[in-house]
Amino acid sequence: MTDVTLAELCIFACSEAFRNNGEIVATGVGPVPRLAAGLAKLTHSPELMMTDGECYLVEQPVPIGPRQYDDRKKAGWLPFSRFFDSAVWTGRRHAMVTPTQLDRFGQINLSYMGGTYRQPKTQMLGVRGFPGNTIYHPNSFFFPAHGPRVFVPEVDMISGAGYNPAKRVAGGNYAGIDLRTIVTNLCVMDFQGPGVDGLGAIRVVSLHPGVTFEDVQAATGFELHRAETLPETALPGPDELAVIASLDPHNIRASVIKDNPLARKAG
Amino acid sequence: MVAQLSDGMTIGIGGWGPRRKPMALVRELLRSDLKDLTIVAYGGADVGMLCAAGKVKKLVFAFVSLDAIPLEPWFRKARESGQLDVLEVDEGMFQWGLKAAAFQLPFLPTRVGLGTDLAELGGLKTVQSPYDDGETLIAMPALKLDAALIHVNRSDWRGNVQVFGPDTYYDEWFAKAAAKTYVSCEELVDRMEDHYPEDAPYNLFERCFVNGVVEMPCGAHPSSMPPHYGWDMKAFKAYADAAKDPGDWDAVKDRFVGASEADYLANFGGKEAVAVLPLPIF
Repeated sequence: MTDVTLAELCIFACSEAFRNNGEIVATGVGPVPRLAAGLAKLTHSPELMMTDGECYLVEQPVPIGPRQYDDRKKAGWLPFSRFFDSAVWTGRRHAMVTPTQLDRFGQINLSYMGGTYRQPKTQMLGVRGFPGNTIYHPNSFFFPAHGPRVFVPEVDMISGAGYNPAKRVAGGNYAGIDLRTIVTNLCVMDFQGPGVDGLGAIRVVSLHPGVTFEDVQAATGFELHRAETLPETALPGPDELAVIASLDPHNIRASVIKDNPLARKAG
Repeated sequence: MVAQLSDGMTIGIGGWGPRRKPMALVRELLRSDLKDLTIVAYGGADVGMLCAAGKVKKLVFAFVSLDAIPLEPWFRKARESGQLDVLEVDEGMFQWGLKAAAFQLPFLPTRVGLGTDLAELGGLKTVQSPYDDGETLIAMPALKLDAALIHVNRSDWRGNVQVFGPDTYYDEWFAKAAAKTYVSCEELVDRMEDHYPEDAPYNLFERCFVNGVVEMPCGAHPSSMPPHYGWDMKAFKAYADAAKDPGDWDAVKDRFVGASEADYLANFGGKEAVAVLPLPIF
């Protein structure tokens, strides 16, 4: 068997999140999610829409990393100037992103950590589009380093809505909140666990080779649910690996997970 | 142009992160004595510089980023020192607030922000639909601007602009949300109809929304201005590094602002060097 890296396993696992999504914009932010969206489109889900990372819709996913400016083949146009009208606020999108923190309710943080609104201890990007993304369309997540500083009991600043009943005001429409998949360097999780008030809670659904549920729990700052059966996360086959390589000719995926380990340790 | 602005004004800045920013106009602000400004922007180095220079009393933002340098270091410093009042909103709420201002409405309703900390932290109120659904929505307040600054590709002296590039972001809504809009351009012509009539569909916003025009070639540098030039990541990196060492804006402002645009551009190789900056790949 050829060597499969853990990053490639993650790309393959992330690409499953985009299966059967229909004609929506698949947005992967960061190398692994973006390669995953491209892999999904080139294998099981050709109906997916996606951009070149700037503003053109492409039917042939654009490889990541250095390339010629006009290498992309423009099939459509989706600039920021109409992104909310066309993709976000119509619910026709599924984003996979990497927030700084994610909590037991699936609430995410990209804004700041510690301190106050007026004077944060650590300022990050800002909420960006997370509030709108989470209230309107499906979202999934990828984390290259599963740990208790990422998976926290409650995020410092709720930048994206989740399944927290305490954050729901009477009369608000939360039907659009649709958290799907979390892929990390340890496992795959979903939100199908028994949550509060019938809302979702985070559940481990598969473990990467050599990882135990206890490993995952120990690296998580809140209690996880486990699926009835916990299979090993599937590895990509030669076809998928070839597609990944074609979308990442500079092997940027090798820099995503510390030391770029193999998915299955030798011996 | 900057002489028409005054202390305490609310100023919107067009562009997005490190893209299409009216940086020459921002540098002119930085050369002025203006202070206590409320800045409304999809922020990049424009916001970082104005914060570093102590010009900003309040910032309305969804993010501040230089893309390839995700965290804007001068903005972070200002935030972490507690020197700014802020209103943090979602990217979509932001443009919704500009649209409310453009249409002279007090607010526009949205679902966005529900389930997050934005409303509580920012003092945003909710409204209830008066129809049978009775839905509770956030009332995104109008982001009324005293002035907007925008960099465009072409204009004539009357303010007939032409805006190219693959994405014009929310520049037209900044223009419409503002009491006065000041435009810098790569190329100024006398009468647009005599020069580029075939490009009239690129007239992104009408001249009734333009109060002043100035020709500023390379006026977006170090941000990108397609199709003329890409962003100058080397310049952004030097600017970002300077936040750590020496970490003092006064010590580096000559380099990143300069006494004039000519001085400034000379620091980065002049117009010739800017003209060959490759368009960014995403």
